Amino acid sequence: MMLNGAEDEEKWLAEGIAGIQHNAFYMHRALDSNNLREALKYSAQMLSELRTSKLSPHKYYELYMRAFDELRMLEMFFKDESKHGVSVVDLYELVQHAGNILPRLYLLCTVGSVYIKSKEAPVKELLKDLVEMCRGVQHPIRGLFLRSYLAQISRDKLTDIGSDHEGDVDTVMDAVEFVLQNFSEMNKLWVRMQNQEPGRAREKRKKERSELQDLVGKNLHVLGQIERVDLDMYKETVLPRVLEQVVNCKDDLGQYYLMDCIIQVFPDEYHLQTLEALLGACPQLQPTVDIKTVLSRLMDRLSKYAASSTDVLHEFLQVEAFTKLSNTIEKVIEVQVDMPAVGAITLYVSLLMFTLRVHPDRLDYADQVLGACVKKLSNMPKLEDSLATKQVVALLRAPLEKYNDIVTALTLSNYPRVMDHLDNGTNKVMAMVIIESIMKNNTCISTADKVEVLFELIKGLIKDLDGAVDELDEEDFKDEQNSVAKLIHMLYNDEPEEMGKIICIVWKHTMAGGPKRLPFTVPSLVFSALRLVRRLQGQEGDIVGEVVPATPKKIFQLLSQIIEALSAVPSPELALRLYLHCAEAANDCDLEHVAYEFFTQTFVLYEEEIANSKAQLTAIHLIIGALQRMTVFGVENRDTLTHKATGYSARLLKKPDQCRAVYTCSHLFWVDDEDGIRDGERVLLCLKRALRIANAAQQMANVARGSSGPITLFVEILNKYLYFFEKGNQQITAAAIQDLIELINTEMQGDSANPGSDPDVFLASTLRYIQFQKQKGGIMGGKFESIEL
Amino acid sequence: MVLVLALGDLHIPHRAADLPPKFKSMLVPGKIQHIICTGNLCIKEVQDYLKTLCPDLHITRGEYDEETRYPETKTLTIGQFKLGLCHGHQVIPWGDLDSLAMLQRQLDVDILVTGHTHQFTAYKHEGGVVINPGSATGAYSSITYDVNPSFVLMDIDGLRVVVYVYELIDGEVKVDKIDFKKTTATTHSAH
Repeated sequence: MMLNGAEDEEKWLAEGIAGIQHNAFYMHRALDSNNLREALKYSAQMLSELRTSKLSPHKYYELYMRAFDELRMLEMFFKDESKHGVSVVDLYELVQHAGNILPRLYLLCTVGSVYIKSKEAPVKELLKDLVEMCRGVQHPIRGLFLRSYLAQISRDKLTDIGSDHEGDVDTVMDAVEFVLQNFSEMNKLWVRMQNQEPGRAREKRKKERSELQDLVGKNLHVLGQIERVDLDMYKETVLPRVLEQVVNCKDDLGQYYLMDCIIQVFPDEYHLQTLEALLGACPQLQPTVDIKTVLSRLMDRLSKYAASSTDVLHEFLQVEAFTKLSNTIEKVIEVQVDMPAVGAITLYVSLLMFTLRVHPDRLDYADQVLGACVKKLSNMPKLEDSLATKQVVALLRAPLEKYNDIVTALTLSNYPRVMDHLDNGTNKVMAMVIIESIMKNNTCISTADKVEVLFELIKGLIKDLDGAVDELDEEDFKDEQNSVAKLIHMLYNDEPEEMGKIICIVWKHTMAGGPKRLPFTVPSLVFSALRLVRRLQGQEGDIVGEVVPATPKKIFQLLSQIIEALSAVPSPELALRLYLHCAEAANDCDLEHVAYEFFTQTFVLYEEEIANSKAQLTAIHLIIGALQRMTVFGVENRDTLTHKATGYSARLLKKPDQCRAVYTCSHLFWVDDEDGIRDGERVLLCLKRALRIANAAQQMANVARGSSGPITLFVEILNKYLYFFEKGNQQITAAAIQDLIELINTEMQGDSANPGSDPDVFLASTLRYIQFQKQKGGIMGGKFESIEL
Repeated sequence: MVLVLALGDLHIPHRAADLPPKFKSMLVPGKIQHIICTGNLCIKEVQDYLKTLCPDLHITRGEYDEETRYPETKTLTIGQFKLGLCHGHQVIPWGDLDSLAMLQRQLDVDILVTGHTHQFTAYKHEGGVVINPGSATGAYSSITYDVNPSFVLMDIDGLRVVVYVYELIDGEVKVDKIDFKKTTATTHSAH
């Protein structure tokens, strides 16, 4: 009968409770006056309230509990023969005269409880009798509660049997049999509930059934608690019977609940030893059962069990747990053709987690799981479901997190294949995860092979994948590329040969990155190569053999290629800097031609590509600074390069820049080393040229703006004069310095510039310096003596 | 007592992935009042990191810096001291004390901090002190071989500054210190 409205239900419940209380009252009176007949009459009437079909399980339970409490009083009365004078055997007979079946059975069970405890009849017979008679009630809710009552009142007896290790094993079997039968019958009733009233009541039925599930599950708990149900009995009797019931009931709610119940109730040791049977049931379950959760929980429990001791681990291998689980999962996926992608992948994730926890050293197992996933993914269209994608990412993250060492994950041959099945966006996210893992753990990737695999994995970051039209946020793109740049520093091997190979492989992959990426990745690679050059310095690497060894020359050739690609982006400023670094490195390797070639490339870039004045000035500084330090050049080459450098300096756009660059060039002609060049004349030439430019700047300023120009230039030049004067350049005399000081003073006075301005302060500190040097005494003092302030 | 952190030439990500972990654990926010950075960070992420250590951050431009708008030189006054900051690739010959002294006179500072050579140095001379904090990451340099990661912490107290240099040598952090005292009424008359 359909229940209409909670209000009605409340009313009926209230009526039912009232009925129970009413009859209980009279029953109590009868008990007090030891009137068996009356007691039976009123208790039967009371129990009739439980015949209702109007209540939901939740409400029925309330009613049931009222009756249950009252029946306890009745039971106590039954137990005390002195009160009613009837033997329990006769009682058992007497109560069967109750009119309706439900009250009759409740009373029978109650007497039965007393009967069992009295030991006057074989327990087996009694239990069998009761469990079969309950068949008389086929209404699901009424039947479930009735059988639950039976289970309840027999529980003590079963515990006794279960813990009596002296007793007959047959007795134990009888007890087990009883519980199994009660369980089977209860399950059938429970399943039947779903099939009643199809249609709109379906969801409601499902909810109601969930409320009753523990009544059914209780039986399994009882089985779990019977001590003498050992592994053998479980294996031979209990599990097969339970599984039979589970599979045959063909009810998804029931199957899910019961499978989970089995896993939670019985010890992990049993599960391990009955793995085949337990797993064998899985493919036979209804397709709508959430088998992945069931299996996940099983694997989770087993993982924890494995962690408990090393002996246990041995068992896992012995029973071939991994293989069985793996096969079951394959079968389940095969059988449940409508299982969505996310379901299958989640199963693989659970299996992989299990494998990593239980068999961390078995990389082949892990690879196998990945392989199975690849196979599944290959048979599906490209993943679009974000949940499924998330699971694939979880699958890929698991080995990284477990091994903490990307290198191990790199050996899993199926790892890159799984990654291939991700969409481009997720692929890149995963690549970043991999790089993060390496950086966080400070992992060093030290062989060319592993670098190759790694770069295959992160190819989504290194280049544009097919069909990828990335509208990537600029910031994100920069972050990605900077990560790759940092990664390059983690690729290292002490052995120069191997390191050389690594560099080649990195270039092979990154050169395909295109103009967007090269400015980020090339510098890292170049410096990595320069570090290698430094290590090889001085080694004469012309060994005759099959493998041509890494030599500085070869590396410089590669570097030339790499930087050329960069400059073509176009990225001339960066390329110029890198060429200079290579020139300096070539200098240190005593390779004059190579160094000269790099300078040539530098100058070509300067002339053709660097147009911005500020950029030019910086470039000039870098060129002069590097050239100044070169020791490898012969006179001719050096002259050519210095001539070029000074030429560029003199042709800078702004006069002040020109002036500064030119006086800086003076250092090209004076190196403070033992074999260094010391061309006093050319130094002076530079300084004089700078002075002329400063003068010109001064005049231009007067004309153009009516103000004075950059007087500070003169002070700078003065300081340079002092520098070379101190170093012992004969061409620079005290008189010249004197003149310059006077010139500056004149300019300052003529200038309406305020005191305390920069040139003023600079001059003051310079003069202070001269004073300080004069006071030094000795040679230095002598030199400075003739300068009058 | 005012703590000033001086560091530079990190060259992240071109020549190094990150600061050494031992340095990172020492550099804790809230302990330092000023940071002066010679340049060549090179990317914004490094600037952001330094900002978390101390909001008063001063940076000059290195030739590899992504941000091209950092100034070529910078001066600031902390307590009784005037400090000057410059990357140093502009001062040739690179690392030459006399040329650096010229810059010091030009900027009119007591303490000049420059980088570029990746080699820690601290010179005392007439005009004051010239300090190079080296490379905080131990980055490759064409000028210096075997660069050890290093940075400098200055403790400015009245007319005295103690310069602590932290160097990572063979995996251990070694500390050294140098004392400087400024003589009063020497320079910097604002006339």
